[in-house]
Amino acid sequence: MKKSKTIHAILAALTAILTLTAWTPAQAQQKNIILATTTSTQDSGLLDVLLPIFEKKTGYFVKTIAVGSGQAMTMGQKGEADVLLVHSPDAEKKFVADGYGVHRRLVMHNDFIVVGPGEDPAKIKGMTPTTAVFKKIASTGSLFLSRGDNSGTNAKEKAIWKASGINPEGQKWYQQTGLGMGQTLNVASEKDGYTLADRGTYLALKKNLQSSILAEGDAILLNIYHVIEVNPAKWPKVNTAGAKAFADFMVSKETQEFIKTFGVDKFGSPLFFPDAGKKEEDLGK
Amino acid sequence: MDLIFEGILKAFYLLITFDPEVMGITLLSLQVSGTATFISLLIGISIGTLVALAEFPGRRFVVSLINTGMGLPPVVVGLFVTIFLWRSGPLGFLGILYTPAAMILAQAIIATPIVMGITLAAIQALPKNLRLQILALGATRLQMVWILIKEAKLPLLAGVMAGFGGVISEVGASIMVGGNIKGYSRVLTTATVMETSRGNFDVAIALGIILLLLAYLINLILTQVQQRERPR
Amino acid sequence: MNGSPSILEVKDLQVTKAGTLVLDIPALMIEEGEILSLIGPNGAGKTTLLQTLARLIKPSAGEFFFKGRQASPNLSDLEYRRRVAMVFQEPLLFDTTVFENVASGLKIRGMQGPEIRKIVTENLEQFGISHLLHRSARKISGGEAQRVALARSFATRPEVLLLDEPFSSLDPPTRESLLADLESILRRTKTTTVMATHDRMEALRFSDRVAVMNQGRILQVGPPAEVMNQPLDEFVASFVGVETILPGRVIKKNGGSFVASIMGYEVEAVGEVELGESVVFCIRPENVTLAVHPSKESSSARNFFSGKILKIIPMGLYHKVQLHCGFPLVAYVTGHSLENLALTEGKEVVAYFKATSIHVVKKKGGQV
Repeated sequence: MKKSKTIHAILAALTAILTLTAWTPAQAQQKNIILATTTSTQDSGLLDVLLPIFEKKTGYFVKTIAVGSGQAMTMGQKGEADVLLVHSPDAEKKFVADGYGVHRRLVMHNDFIVVGPGEDPAKIKGMTPTTAVFKKIASTGSLFLSRGDNSGTNAKEKAIWKASGINPEGQKWYQQTGLGMGQTLNVASEKDGYTLADRGTYLALKKNLQSSILAEGDAILLNIYHVIEVNPAKWPKVNTAGAKAFADFMVSKETQEFIKTFGVDKFGSPLFFPDAGKKEEDLGK
Repeated sequence: MDLIFEGILKAFYLLITFDPEVMGITLLSLQVSGTATFISLLIGISIGTLVALAEFPGRRFVVSLINTGMGLPPVVVGLFVTIFLWRSGPLGFLGILYTPAAMILAQAIIATPIVMGITLAAIQALPKNLRLQILALGATRLQMVWILIKEAKLPLLAGVMAGFGGVISEVGASIMVGGNIKGYSRVLTTATVMETSRGNFDVAIALGIILLLLAYLINLILTQVQQRERPR
Repeated sequence: MNGSPSILEVKDLQVTKAGTLVLDIPALMIEEGEILSLIGPNGAGKTTLLQTLARLIKPSAGEFFFKGRQASPNLSDLEYRRRVAMVFQEPLLFDTTVFENVASGLKIRGMQGPEIRKIVTENLEQFGISHLLHRSARKISGGEAQRVALARSFATRPEVLLLDEPFSSLDPPTRESLLADLESILRRTKTTTVMATHDRMEALRFSDRVAVMNQGRILQVGPPAEVMNQPLDEFVASFVGVETILPGRVIKKNGGSFVASIMGYEVEAVGEVELGESVVFCIRPENVTLAVHPSKESSSARNFFSGKILKIIPMGLYHKVQLHCGFPLVAYVTGHSLENLALTEGKEVVAYFKATSIHVVKKKGGQV
């Protein structure tokens, strides 16, 4: 009987310790910023490096919620996020026009690429413009993987289909994964299919993929990131000061310098190109 | 196959070097699921025993509710908890969305019906006259309930293990209410999903292995306690 | 028994379960230090009565008194239950050692270690199970378990002990030994005991009084000999082992004795009856003698009838012989006599029984 009593005591003590330490002191509400951004942005690792700098400098605690652009903007619409860092320009413009966001500022861009199997059954390698590439994929009925998740990448992909005058919905060769960029790239690689990806994620996963870059460089493939503060007029509970602090940080000179060099040591080329202060129309020229 | 092998190697490496991020994620997993299980233990065993022993109108309905609750889909729980904890939600004033506290809440909601249901069955399985015999020995109602719980400790411990197992491996609700925030609300399961979606399979497998090890160790301890009291 | 107030008394006690009246006892008094047995068929209400006396069940009507004071408002259920103990048919031991089991009642009362140890050792010794002190309750035999259950209840020094068929799940030899030990312990400690049993023999040897129950009522209560030999009605008679029960009508009276017509035959008995009254004759099989050659004058038995043996059933120490002599009759005969008289099924014999051995019950109940 004695032995089991000791075990009971140990278990009880362990439980107590665990319970106590789990209860991190409630962060003061004003010190928290909810940043809604996209999975590809988070997966690039840029925020993992930038946020600690920001947090140290300002004392804010940033909660990064990485979801698709669509969900990020919905969160903004409902006032569940304080600031957005997204890359879906058309939807963003509507977001601001509808009064949900303010101070939409350009931060950086990277680009999308079309990747596919080395054998390139649709023979699109090096083809421009991208609309022609998509038309060829459709006409040859080659397998194309779409993220199908309302993300920024997905929005861009749909825009290109629209510009090509093709509706891929329901076609046998068009499959929607509903997954993040990394997983979709894996599926495309496994199934020898084509897909549209952001360069950053592709580079990060390249060593495990069978796919190669087949089309790039077209202006339509530009992936442009903006930071938008959620409109406090619509949602008084929003942390306006925090949102502004974060947005200012993203377009600040030091941060922009940092973005310029991010990824060079790992991939040989930067993952993003800083654009704060520029006009959107001037990009890519 | 080499991917799995790589994963195993990576798991070893991360563990042996006490990789701080992995250690942090593991500790948080333990804390969150441990606390949630503890809460579910308190609520589940007390209410489960109460329902098992009491007679009241609508008892059958309550029992069926508990049994249904045992199969509650965790992701549905996560969705509902998120909606409640939104700033615009009824519990938004708590401000605990995207915190470990929210994860503990969601996991406790998932685990409690499991512990409750198993407690209910365990207490009902005790000999019918045992309750009367205990009262006849001069026990207060509270003493009686405590003695009955002790008599059912074997199945009750199994219930706790089931509750713990259910939440340490849970991912849907944890991502939704926790936000998978690095160094703050990221646990083994949510980190595994993230690494998989990034394509870092070796890391994902390593995390999976660590999760399995953790679950095994905890259950080993609980099994020891349970089997120690086993009639031999 | 000695003029002091009974330790337990019930008045107009009624218990209802799911709308049905399952216990209906207008009056019952239990004397301090006595052993009262409750006998009756399954469903008679023995368990209900015991559980009500243990205050585990609430009566729907009536009251009961403990040591002269009305129990209900004066003593809380808890206080009462700490003075009255009950042991059930199954041992219902806790999943721990024998020591812990016997100590449980004491721990519940908040007693401390050394005192607990003293009382537990005493009781284990009393019940002859000291050697089982540290054994797990799961590793003992049925008889040993029942001893532990009894020791557990005894350890709390109850003023009244209630036992619900505590031996019925044991095999006869174990039962015998436990019964003997328990009897001596109860007598020595002068513990008031109410015990339910469906074994009439157990009730006979063990108790100061026997109560026969059926359908929630007590039909008769009294010392065993009285209940066995003077059953108040047919049910009690058949339950206590009267094998021959014969309805008839009084046709002749002379002084203290009378003659009743039983299926056309004249049978003489003793008692206060009216002419034409309907009566029931209860004849215990031990009181019926068989003979092969009739001899009218050689015995004082007023009743003798010739008949045929229908069936002989061996019952261990004796044989049950079923006869038909115009009416059915049952006799108990030793194996020795069976042999001597060469009794076989189908044989013609003569049956004798004394007028004084017939127990007469008036048809509406109530003995003569």
